[in-house]
Amino acid sequence: MKKKWYDYLWIASLLYLILGFFNILFAWLGLLCFCIPLLFAVVGGNKGYCNRYCGRGQLFGMLGGRFGLSRKKDIPNWMKSKVFRYGFLTFFFAMFFLMLWNTWLVFAGARDLKQVVTLLWTFKLPWNWAYHGTLFHPGVAQFAFGFYSVMLTSTVLGLITMVLFKPRSWCVYCPMGTMTQLICKAKNGRNV
Amino acid sequence: MKTGIKRRKAQVDRADCVACGCCVKVCPVQAIEIVRGVTARVNQDKCVGCGRCAAECPASVIQIREVGA
Repeated sequence: MKKKWYDYLWIASLLYLILGFFNILFAWLGLLCFCIPLLFAVVGGNKGYCNRYCGRGQLFGMLGGRFGLSRKKDIPNWMKSKVFRYGFLTFFFAMFFLMLWNTWLVFAGARDLKQVVTLLWTFKLPWNWAYHGTLFHPGVAQFAFGFYSVMLTSTVLGLITMVLFKPRSWCVYCPMGTMTQLICKAKNGRNV
Repeated sequence: MKTGIKRRKAQVDRADCVACGCCVKVCPVQAIEIVRGVTARVNQDKCVGCGRCAAECPASVIQIREVGA
């Protein structure tokens, strides 16, 4: 089948991670991965972003498929259960709001900017080379560090499950995928 | 009309489908669609039972089963 322009969006996902390594402010672009799927779900009532435009999914599909970096085994039943998927969504968003709270503290002047990227919500990696000062408030940079942490953490988790199970195993428990499917279910009912 | 001939077709376990659309991309005859962001649906008339969708499905919720034609 002839490839379309959107089949190359994996390049954008890869570029995003690389740019954030050199200048953390590029992390703000990641908001597109949050807003566009929600727009598809809320306005269109579909998962058009997952189905066609998700560059991260394409990246996992390519690394696990063409590059053979996946065992291609079935994902365990508990990982595709609703309890795990909804639980992970809740946990992910709790951590997201914690990150927003930390950003707010910097904006409010109650805390100094921390130039670290937190991997897997635990490991603090120094990332000071990617921040060169900005015309904006340090809170803008704090959000960038926090958001890049979210994106890097989910990429690492996705890569681990890509290797262990099928290439796009991340799609099973991706919080955005779970949330947009929930919105679609609420919008379209169960008569599908 | 039932002919008694069995054919292999893809069947989706809709309860566990995450509607990611991986199956749609690999289907060689465009027999699968994602219905309103909720689940994948196989057009049984078009499906040739090749099994590419079942192999690709990250949640492994697609089975190839024999059905009466």
